[in-house]
Amino acid sequence: MRLELKHIHKHFGAVHANDDISIAVESGTIHGLLGENGAGKSTLMKILSGFIHRDAGEILLDGRAVAFKNPAEAIRAGVGMLHQDPLDFPPLTVLDNFLFGREDGFMQNRAGALADLQRFSRQFGFDLDPDALVSSLTVGERQQLEIMRLLSLGAKILIFDEPTTGISLPQKIKLFETLRLLAKQGMTIIFVTHKLQDAEDLCGKVTVLRLGKMTGQVTHPFTADQLVRLMFGQSLETRARASVALGEPILELRDICVADYRLRVPEINLQVRAGQVIGLAGIEGSGQRLLLRACAGLDQPVAGDIWISGARMNRQPYRDFLERGVAYLPAGRLEEGLVPGLNLTEHFILARRSREFFIDWRAAQDAAQSRIGEYSIRGVPASRVEALSGGNQQRALLALLQPNLNLILLEHPTRGLDIESTMWVWSQLLARRQRGAAIVFASADLDEIFEYSDRILVFSGGRVARALNAQETSVQQLGELIGGKGL
Amino acid sequence: MSEITQKPVFSKKTGFSADLLWTMGPIILALLLTTLALVAIGADPLKAYTTLWNGAFGSPEKLGSVIDAWVPLVFCSVGLLVTFTAGLWNIGIEGQIVMGAIGAAWVARTFDLPAEILIALMFIGGALGGAAWALLAGALKVYGRVHEIFGGLGLNFVAMGVTLYLIIGPWKRAGIASTSGTEPFRPAAWLLNFPGLTVGPVEIILAIISLALIYFALRGTLWGLQLKAIGKNARSAFWLGIPTSRHMLGAFAVCGVFAGLAGAEQASGVWARLIPAISGGYGYLAILVVLLSGFRAPLVPFVAFFFAAVSKGSISLPLDLQVDSALGGVLQGVVVLLFVLSQGVRAKWTQTLSS
Ligand SMILES: Nc1ncnc2c1ncn2[C@@H]1O[C@H](COP(=O)(O)OP(=O)(O)OP(=O)(O)O)[C@@H](O)[C@H]1O
Ligand SMILES: [Mg+2]
Repeated sequence: MRLELKHIHKHFGAVHANDDISIAVESGTIHGLLGENGAGKSTLMKILSGFIHRDAGEILLDGRAVAFKNPAEAIRAGVGMLHQDPLDFPPLTVLDNFLFGREDGFMQNRAGALADLQRFSRQFGFDLDPDALVSSLTVGERQQLEIMRLLSLGAKILIFDEPTTGISLPQKIKLFETLRLLAKQGMTIIFVTHKLQDAEDLCGKVTVLRLGKMTGQVTHPFTADQLVRLMFGQSLETRARASVALGEPILELRDICVADYRLRVPEINLQVRAGQVIGLAGIEGSGQRLLLRACAGLDQPVAGDIWISGARMNRQPYRDFLERGVAYLPAGRLEEGLVPGLNLTEHFILARRSREFFIDWRAAQDAAQSRIGEYSIRGVPASRVEALSGGNQQRALLALLQPNLNLILLEHPTRGLDIESTMWVWSQLLARRQRGAAIVFASADLDEIFEYSDRILVFSGGRVARALNAQETSVQQLGELIGGKGL
Repeated sequence: MSEITQKPVFSKKTGFSADLLWTMGPIILALLLTTLALVAIGADPLKAYTTLWNGAFGSPEKLGSVIDAWVPLVFCSVGLLVTFTAGLWNIGIEGQIVMGAIGAAWVARTFDLPAEILIALMFIGGALGGAAWALLAGALKVYGRVHEIFGGLGLNFVAMGVTLYLIIGPWKRAGIASTSGTEPFRPAAWLLNFPGLTVGPVEIILAIISLALIYFALRGTLWGLQLKAIGKNARSAFWLGIPTSRHMLGAFAVCGVFAGLAGAEQASGVWARLIPAISGGYGYLAILVVLLSGFRAPLVPFVAFFFAAVSKGSISLPLDLQVDSALGGVLQGVVVLLFVLSQGVRAKWTQTLSS
């Protein structure tokens, strides 16, 4: 199906989120949509898929003008969107979620749906238990579920809003294969991303947005530098990493076993010293999140001892971990970190952990204003967090961390962030490391693991490999370990 | 999640006057619908409303009885503002009123003290009784993982049972065990009333102070903000370091205190004894009051007054008109339904306005 967007405009209050955007996509092609955080990519795609209404402009499908009142109408016309934040129902099972939107009539055809689900799972090599609760899945696995659901609804135009941020390298390779196959079958695919590499690998044509405006459109072949300049109006330079003298041991894990109802990872041993950065690599859902949450005091390990700065912390309440300078940054920003409905000022007050009883709103607002500047959050003190773009939500989360931390645990710290924001986040983290914090982070992005870790812990198939020295490990080696070879 | 991320950011058009407008609309529409119902059953609507009006405001005694209902409604609404802010449906508030009344009755029966001290102690006893009962519902939720709606409903029945047991058992009237109530309290335990009425200045002032106190506490304190965060997303609130379990228990306890005050006021000021249906259904009605107020404290006294007037006014309907007094309940129910509906419409309307 041929798709044309013509002169699309969208305002949110004073923000001109889409300013005269025009894109044409031929069927059977993969069109990239690139732009920094807050550029307006998600907004444009939500307009196309009927989630929000445009202020002006036209949408043409095969030359026919359409106006979707809601996402259900869009999907009936063949436009399906995979959202940046998965739009599923966590308390229900995978199969229940898969059933949503199917038009089986009044009675659900569960057997048919199950067969579909299994077929798609095989096709992509996704490993989802149909009876598992969605709340127990990782963000990446939830995205996988949503991909399969949209395909099963018969979408002809598929919009992927940053689909690769949540999945591992092997899963990404599989996804790309599938996307190419789908394109070959005549599907129209729009691929929203920050990752230049993804755009180069996959897209025949790329449209770049910046601050709501279209800054350019390039056709294959194009260079990464070209894209960066269109995205940021300048080229970016990576800085060399300062070396840090290691300090006292901060975190010590002795024969830790973490588990949930479907996974059990025994015998994790690790020592992390002040100033050290540990990367947790592996296919998402291999136990990285369980370990991070155990170290944060949010879940109890099944066995073993956790020591933090020389104190045994088993079965201690979460607050004691906080008091010892432990912080955990979850991946689900709006589900387990930020409070939708509250604004930035309110978040900063809550995170302050002061004992004052009355709130001085004026002072709090000023403090929020300066924090917003410090962390370059695109928003105002009264912005509700759910109205921020994904990248700005991540900045807000970082801004909520206490000033002096000993141990920072992060789950996908730069998921969904553009290069500039990613570099900024890591400069913040590395500055904290300079001040003596130890950092443990999980990432599905091998480049990130290699670039920032001193040591790497590989999770695979319910096991953890001995910590590797990042300098002495090759991509090849790491890939094999993740795949379960040599473990 | 889609619902949360897609929610529009409301513009400044949500001031107090706009709220009042969006509250009055459903009330007027509800009156229209009730009128249609009256016409359908062949009653004269005008006469019905006049009867309703006169039943509520026809004489100083009648106005007194409206205020009489207004006081416990405000107490309970104040408590419910706290639990609703924390995202809790404290259906158990009825039982908490009952336990407040029992606490007050126990004080009145046990101590022989001068009136001022005794009544103060009765209110404290009532507050403690209500808080204890609310904490039970809270503990069931926090530690037992029993949803507060089910825990609260169960505890309401238990509280009723306890009252009945006390009335026909240990606290029965000398000689006769009657379900009509215990022996009246000693006169020192009677709350001072306006002449000829069952309502007095003490409880009115106390209710207004309670409302103001909670209004400022929810708006201007860290405690209020933390409750709000818990109500909107308990997981994130916990992540932020807010002791969510303790705060939930606290919210229950605070609500129980105000429900208990309502119970104590009913026992001391209205009945001067313990009767089986001492809660008068004010707890359930207060849930509607808070819903209709859109969880905003400044609207509570007005909405509570409207509900009190309809409740009291409809009592005289069957006598004068052969229309069942349930009409009042119908009116109240329809108003709340329409209000909840109008909130949805309002959200949609604001959304289209902003885009
Ligand atoms: N519902 C909303 N209400 C108010 N402002 C909004 C809303 N949705 C988006 N915006 C604003 O519109 C702008 C574009 O946001 P959008 O989510 O489209 O960015 P994006 O390009 O997808 O960024 P990211 O890469 O961070 O996801 C941002 O400034 C954002 O704050
Ligand atoms: Mg986006």
